Amino acid sequence: MQFLEWIKQPWPWYVAGPLIGLVVPLLLIMGNKSFGVSSSLRHICAACIPADIPFFKYNWRKETWNLFFVTGILLGAIIATQFLNSGKPIAVNPKLVSELAQYKIHNYSSIVPVDLFNWPALLTARGFILLVVGGFLVGFGTRYAGGCTSGHAIMGLSNLQWPSLVATCCFMIGGFITANLILPAILSL
Amino acid sequence: METKEEMTQPVIVKEANTDFEVRSLDTICINESRIEHSWWHLLKYLVAGLLFGILLVKAEVISWFRIQEMFRLQSFHMYGVIGAAVVTGMISVWLIKKFKVKTIYGEPIDLHPKQFNRGQIYGGLLFGAGWALTGACPGPLYALIGTGATVIIVTLISAIAGTWVYGRLREKLPH
Repeated sequence: MQFLEWIKQPWPWYVAGPLIGLVVPLLLIMGNKSFGVSSSLRHICAACIPADIPFFKYNWRKETWNLFFVTGILLGAIIATQFLNSGKPIAVNPKLVSELAQYKIHNYSSIVPVDLFNWPALLTARGFILLVVGGFLVGFGTRYAGGCTSGHAIMGLSNLQWPSLVATCCFMIGGFITANLILPAILSL
Repeated sequence: METKEEMTQPVIVKEANTDFEVRSLDTICINESRIEHSWWHLLKYLVAGLLFGILLVKAEVISWFRIQEMFRLQSFHMYGVIGAAVVTGMISVWLIKKFKVKTIYGEPIDLHPKQFNRGQIYGGLLFGAGWALTGACPGPLYALIGTGATVIIVTLISAIAGTWVYGRLREKLPH
C-alpha cells in the first residue's frame, strides 16, 4: 500500500530521468529504432496529406512503429492520470505563482493551466497564440531542426552528436527568450 | 504487391540521398530491418510508448508550469530529468557499442551520425519558442491529450500543419 501511495506522487527527477533515458536502449534493442517523437508528425503528413511534396514521398509504412509508439504515449498518459494520480494540485515555485497571478492564472489542479488551455480559450487572442501558433512552431521548428527533445536532446546527445548539442542549445535559447520576453506580453492580452 | 514494393526500395533510397539530407536530418528509414514481421510485432512499440507516456505524466515534464519554471531558472527538476536521461542514454549507447549488443532479432544495432546544417539553429530557436508557449514538445502533445486536456488535439493538429508547411517550403528555406 505504501508503494502505491508513493507511486502516485510526482516522481523525482532522479527516478524519472534515468527511466526516460532507458527508452533509448529499449528501442534500439527492440528493433534498431532511434528514439524520436517529432518524426511521427512527418509520418502523419506522409500518410494523410502528402500533396506530391518530395519531403513526404517516402514509404511511411516502414515507420509505422513510430505511430504505435506515440499511440502508446497517449494510452500511458490515460493510465497515469486515471490510476496513478495523487489528486493533489501541482506544486509550483512561489515566484511563478505570484507572477502568473498577475495574469489571473490561479488554477493548479491540473497538469496544464486550466485558465489558459480550454476550448473557449481558443477563440481568444491569448489562447489562440498559445495553443495554435505555439503548436505550429513546435511542428515547424522540430522538423526544420531535424528533431525534438527526444531525437536531439536525448537520443542525439546519447550518441555524442555535436549537431544535436547545437540544436538543444537553440531549443533552450528560443525558450528562454520567449518565456521571459515575449510570453508576458501574450499573457497580458 | 510485395515484390513491387521491394523493387521500388532502391529508388527511394537513391531519391533520398540526392534530396537534401532527408535521412541525415532525422531517422527516416535509416533503421531498416531486412526481416519482415507481422503487424503485431509492432505492439511492443505500443508498450514502450505506454511506459514512456506514464513517465512523462508522473515526472510532470509535460506540464506547462514545469516548462515555465525551467525557462525562468526557478526549478532544477526539468534539468535533472533531461540531464539524467542523457547520462543514462550515453552510458547505454556506449555499452551497446562496446559489447556490440544485438537486437532481440539478432541484428546488429546501427547508430547514425547527425549532420550539421543551419536548420538546427533556425528550427531549434523556433521550436524553443513553441515549447515555451505550449509547454509541450511533440511527445507531451500526445501525452497531454491522454491526461484529458482535449483542447491539445488542436495544438497537435497545428503541429502537424507546421510540419507540413515546413515540407512545402523546405527548398526555399536556408539550411
